[in-house]
Amino acid sequence: MVMQAATLGRNGVQDFILLRCSAIILALYAIFIVGFLALTPELTYQSWAGFFGHIGTKVFSFVALIAFLAHAWIGLWQVLTDYVKPAGMRGMLQFLLNVVILAYVGFGIFALWGV
Amino acid sequence: MKLTFSIYRYNPDVDNKPKMQDYSLEVAEGSDIMVLDALILLKEQDPTLAFRRSCREGVCGSDGLNMNGKNGLACITPLSDLTKKGGKIVIRPLPGLPVVRDLVVDMSQFYKQYERIKPYLITDGAQPPAGEFKQSPEERAKLDGLYECILCACCSTACPSFWWNPDKFVGPSGLLQAYRFLADSRDTATEERLADLDDAFSVFRCHGIMNCVSVCPKGLNPTKAIGHIKSMLLQRSV
Repeated sequence: MVMQAATLGRNGVQDFILLRCSAIILALYAIFIVGFLALTPELTYQSWAGFFGHIGTKVFSFVALIAFLAHAWIGLWQVLTDYVKPAGMRGMLQFLLNVVILAYVGFGIFALWGV
Repeated sequence: MKLTFSIYRYNPDVDNKPKMQDYSLEVAEGSDIMVLDALILLKEQDPTLAFRRSCREGVCGSDGLNMNGKNGLACITPLSDLTKKGGKIVIRPLPGLPVVRDLVVDMSQFYKQYERIKPYLITDGAQPPAGEFKQSPEERAKLDGLYECILCACCSTACPSFWWNPDKFVGPSGLLQAYRFLADSRDTATEERLADLDDAFSVFRCHGIMNCVSVCPKGLNPTKAIGHIKSMLLQRSV
């Protein structure tokens, strides 16, 4: 058995489930946003602010951001373990990329908070 | 009909790096021979050309090669399959494995992964019956499409996940065999077998791109078997 500490799940099954579940959430969120864009006759600041000010949109966007965090963390770990073989460089790259992911999530949450 | 071959040559005792060498071969018009027959004729021209072969009928799995970019067995691949688009016939060793010489690769890593999945019946310490070890026809049918693997390594060496992590990812061939024993009604070590595979690499590095299915010379479906293993791992965890 191969042990891995740097990924998000505790084992392969957990990573697999987290990836699939987060992918479903992100797909539903994409449909939700495209649906809003398609069904809104004229996009104005007021329609955007009204849409993102709604508590349902806020909660869904928050859930999608967390799903993005899990999906990107595991996905990037998989890509890095495939292509970057020196452990030190891989650890450093993963640290930097995970900080970027966390920064995106933080940015998203504060953007939602501001509406 | 004159055919041109471009063949990968590398002799580590003499060459600093591998090279592609061109050969031409006269094949009777209207005839269709297998790639292995052509290689044997080319070896008569140049006895230094090295490749593996044994049964020459797609049973032993010795002559797995990369022909025009696709893995397959030289002995059951007709030249006409490779000349449809015209141009040179390009022959290389199986990708991803260390080259011993020319078209001969070192399969140690592939066999290590095969060994790891314990490719034999485990019966809880009980002695198997002296005579037949019986199964119902339904139980036996579950092994169809699994037991036929000849370990030619065409699938595993067509799999990018196996190229990048041959020491951690079991590979399509090994996993097909792993499922062959997981699905066997006579085997009692299902839990131990699954526990050995339950990590982020051994099974879950398969992302289902199905290169293995497209190259298997026996027409088997490792991706489907891997899907069954994933679902068994999920069921014991959820």
